[in-house]
Amino acid sequence: MLCQHCQEREATIHEVVIKNGVKDERHLCEPCAAELNLDPSPQASVQQVIGQFLSGSSAGGAGGAGATPAQALACPDCGRTFLKFKQTGLLGCATCYKAFERPISPMLERAHEGGGHHVGKIPRRALAASRLAKGQTIEELLGDAEERASRLAQLRKQLADAVRNEEYERAAQLRDLIEKTTVLLSSDEIDTAEPSKGDPSDQ
Amino acid sequence: MTTTPESDNPNEPHGRSSDQTPPPFEAGAEWLTGRGRDADVVMSSRVRLARNLVGFPFAPTATDDDRRHLLGAARPHVSAANDDGKAALTWVDVHELPAIDRELLVERHLISRQHARGKLSSGVGGVDTPRALAVSLPDEKLAIMVNEEDHLRIQRIHAGLDLSAALAAVDAADDRIEASLDYAFNPRFGYLTCCPTNVGTGARFSVMLHLPALRLTGEIEKVKRAAEGMSLAVRGFYGEGSDASGDFYQLSNQTTLGKSERVLLAELEADIVPKVIDYERMARRKLLSRKTPILQDQVHRAMGVLAHARLLSTEESMKLLRLLRLGVVSELIDSTDLLTVHHLMLLTQPAHLQRAVGEELDQDQRRSARADLIRAKLG
Repeated sequence: MLCQHCQEREATIHEVVIKNGVKDERHLCEPCAAELNLDPSPQASVQQVIGQFLSGSSAGGAGGAGATPAQALACPDCGRTFLKFKQTGLLGCATCYKAFERPISPMLERAHEGGGHHVGKIPRRALAASRLAKGQTIEELLGDAEERASRLAQLRKQLADAVRNEEYERAAQLRDLIEKTTVLLSSDEIDTAEPSKGDPSDQ
Repeated sequence: MTTTPESDNPNEPHGRSSDQTPPPFEAGAEWLTGRGRDADVVMSSRVRLARNLVGFPFAPTATDDDRRHLLGAARPHVSAANDDGKAALTWVDVHELPAIDRELLVERHLISRQHARGKLSSGVGGVDTPRALAVSLPDEKLAIMVNEEDHLRIQRIHAGLDLSAALAAVDAADDRIEASLDYAFNPRFGYLTCCPTNVGTGARFSVMLHLPALRLTGEIEKVKRAAEGMSLAVRGFYGEGSDASGDFYQLSNQTTLGKSERVLLAELEADIVPKVIDYERMARRKLLSRKTPILQDQVHRAMGVLAHARLLSTEESMKLLRLLRLGVVSELIDSTDLLTVHHLMLLTQPAHLQRAVGEELDQDQRRSARADLIRAKLG
């Protein structure tokens, strides 16, 4: 098989990425893989992805010599610098997430397969405090109701395309994903509900 | 071992009094019983939550004073996190333990290697770093590390495939702690953790699988690839950094942000794990129905060596005990049971062995003591 990129050399590096149930294959020769910053080691771990991203070696990372503005950042609470985080992978305190929000957001999305917003349990007191402050609903607080709805619409469109193109394996993967996303939309709030006044299991 | 039962209740578990010397870990942990769903393949299920407290710096920037302060603030609430009606958790100041007891806790899967060393992955800290373990005795189902990489690491281990019940229980413990302590949380990123690989739910689900037949037939590589394709981590018996070359494989989720606890759990318990279980059972049936009884021979040979050897290394005894486990669940061996085999897997580890003998042993002495112990149980 020829390299997809240069169409000249034999492809020796084959990357299959399954993201959101969609399979994406790349077949490259070594020089092109290096040029495209594709890590030739199989199954890069989350840690490696973060390491790569932080060192700016991945495609789209903050490359270039010298300290970028992000690296010069320091947390106002604990004094941890972004550079120190880069070196250790560890943050210094809760405020670091706010201080470094801009540079770490894309990194988190990569490491968590596109997951950029929290979905799931919420500590009850954090929830109560936020509600008192703004009178928000849980979905608004999490900022993911809209995200999930748009993702669902996107998945449905991909499913229709897959069926039209007779890509049944992909269609099955997409159907599973849609099922999961739907379940989330309808029932995940149960986890985050306030302490119930009358638990049916008590009756 | 210096442990302090938190309860003033005279009805201590196992009727222990509150003196400092009794070995609190002699009774079996629940996950060693070999009971539970799909126990022929699934050794145990674990759910672990990473939590940090508001008002305290994370581990890398904390001073020992901060850590001591945190231990004091967390202790009463963490100790009271056990199930309703159960005794309070037993509190262990890990920084005051001798090295061998720290090692023992690692062997029992109650603390991480990192917690035993007191050192973060970045090299910060050391054995004297103030840190603790709170554990439910005698079942060892609930264990909370305090001042590890995160302020709290709350884990629940159950025998067999039982992630749902483990999640429900760890969730309840988490609620009890959160009733009096404020967690660092942010609506966008969820539970804030020291390392961003755990942020979001902070939840890590893992299942310990015994897959000897898939390893023997070489099909284990397919399982590993499938798991990695689903963003699941494959690790060995002692978690991160331990080798998955034996027959025990630990499958766990890698992502924690953007998916709820329920979805993370379902991806493991409803998707891949049942498939791997079926696959392993099929491979076992295939191996056992061969004309030449290769597997039967290996299992009985393992029993023979274990029952008669005079010197055994950890590596060899573990290998043979794993085969023996396969023999017991496949009903090839009926002279012993799963509980005994699981106990031996733990008791023959270096720290357990030395504690059982009551003195420090060099490597040769350990090999001899290990063989004696196994012969006494199986011979």
